[in-house]
Amino acid sequence: MATLLPTRLWARLVPRWTLEPSRSKPGEAKIAVREVEHRYENKVEALRNISLDVHSGEFVCLLGPSGCGKSTLLLALAGALPPTCGRITIDGKPVKGPDPSRLLMFQDPALFPWMTVRQNLVFALRSKVRSRPRREETAARYVKRVHLDGFEGALPHQLSGGMRMRASLARALSMDPSVLLMDEPFGALDAQTKGQMQQLLQQVWVETRKTVVFVTHDVREALVLGDRVVVMAARPGRILKDFEVRLPRPRDPDDEAIVQYSRQIREALRSAEAPKGHAKDASAVPASGLSAGAAHPVGTGG
Amino acid sequence: MLFPTPVGVAESLIQMERDGRLWTGLGRSMLRLGKGYALSIVLGVPLGIWVARVPFLERAVKPVVLGLQALPSVCWLPLAILWFGLTEASILFVVVMGSLLAIAIATEDAVRRIEPLLLREAGTLGVRGLRLYAGVLLPGALPGILTGLKLGWSFAWRALMAAELIVVSGGLGQLLHYGRELLDVAQVVAVMFSIVAVGVTVDRVLFRAIETRVWRRWGLSETR
Repeated sequence: MATLLPTRLWARLVPRWTLEPSRSKPGEAKIAVREVEHRYENKVEALRNISLDVHSGEFVCLLGPSGCGKSTLLLALAGALPPTCGRITIDGKPVKGPDPSRLLMFQDPALFPWMTVRQNLVFALRSKVRSRPRREETAARYVKRVHLDGFEGALPHQLSGGMRMRASLARALSMDPSVLLMDEPFGALDAQTKGQMQQLLQQVWVETRKTVVFVTHDVREALVLGDRVVVMAARPGRILKDFEVRLPRPRDPDDEAIVQYSRQIREALRSAEAPKGHAKDASAVPASGLSAGAAHPVGTGG
Repeated sequence: MLFPTPVGVAESLIQMERDGRLWTGLGRSMLRLGKGYALSIVLGVPLGIWVARVPFLERAVKPVVLGLQALPSVCWLPLAILWFGLTEASILFVVVMGSLLAIAIATEDAVRRIEPLLLREAGTLGVRGLRLYAGVLLPGALPGILTGLKLGWSFAWRALMAAELIVVSGGLGQLLHYGRELLDVAQVVAVMFSIVAVGVTVDRVLFRAIETRVWRRWGLSETR
């Protein structure tokens, strides 16, 4: 829609938006990551000296190119992977093994294919809610919250990719986890559906104020969703910057502020990779940094 | 004389149908088969799931199961006769031994092929114990288990005939046996024909119907 020239002019005329680094907040952190390091068995140093505080009700995006250890960090938070050293506590308790209070969501909706949408929710709720009518009621409420009402009786394979993701989101939310961990959940969706899911997630988050840690390699996605964007770099996986995004919600990925912020973040990422002179930097990030149409992934995969 | 005419076979079949030998024989065989097959399912499916889930059982039990599966079911008959005599129990034993292992092996394989993603999801959702077995593992493996049940059915059917031929106590096997004793080739072929007919009918009608429904529900078939 916006042609190249007006955008460039716009950028010149309007005062520049600059991201501010996150300030430490008072009070106990909900998730406290202290000097965490992880080395895989093949000696790859996935994480080096990671320390991070996430407060209750915060939406934190971990952003970085593939191989920067963001997924590793998320798995460690979920308890699915014990880090080689360092300490992770949630609500003051050390993380040991997976727990339904910290739900992990992936690109794959992982719905049970033989159950309808409603049954998927009710089945998950059985470990949490004792009474059957209350389970049904809770399931119906969350199905409605993700705008899937009318599809309660549909089987996963009868739904579109976006609807399956919504069902998966409804299931995760219905479990009322204290922390929601998401690993590029919308990575496999087409651009339009992805945009819709981002709007939906924002809306649901505003309603529920869950603590969310969201991994992505899409700069715009991180800026649209996060209160904070933690930028990570690869080899070894480390935290580069920790920005605070103070914009009103719901946010639009084409907001001027977000466009400018994303340029800033890409620059930070580029400068982090520049000294090593990897050839892919030039191809992955357009030199102008002015592509207003699509959010460019920093890397591929995650 | 050793090659019956189609007409002869048809006449023999009609004859046996008229005097009721066919139906009593069929009834008895089916009853035994029903018992033996049900027992095989009840034992074989849980065995398969356990072997797939417990590493110790996999190492200890799986080689035995695979080895015994190579044994033709008739080979259990001498042992069965020594243990139970020429009784109903012997026949049942042979039928169970014939189909149980096939069912267990197919179940084990099916459980192993459940998407790891679903198992991980079950783990994060806190699904454990009986709920994991009955709610995730069993339905997740069901399409594969059905294949095993089909296989088990034909094995059970074969084992039953072998046992009935030797432990002569009613059933289609006995009809076959008498046909041989009386040098009645037409009867022998007529009974063989009935055995094939039963096998095909069950496969086509019962299993086809169940399989179609399961595949549709699980989203595995292309036709909606």
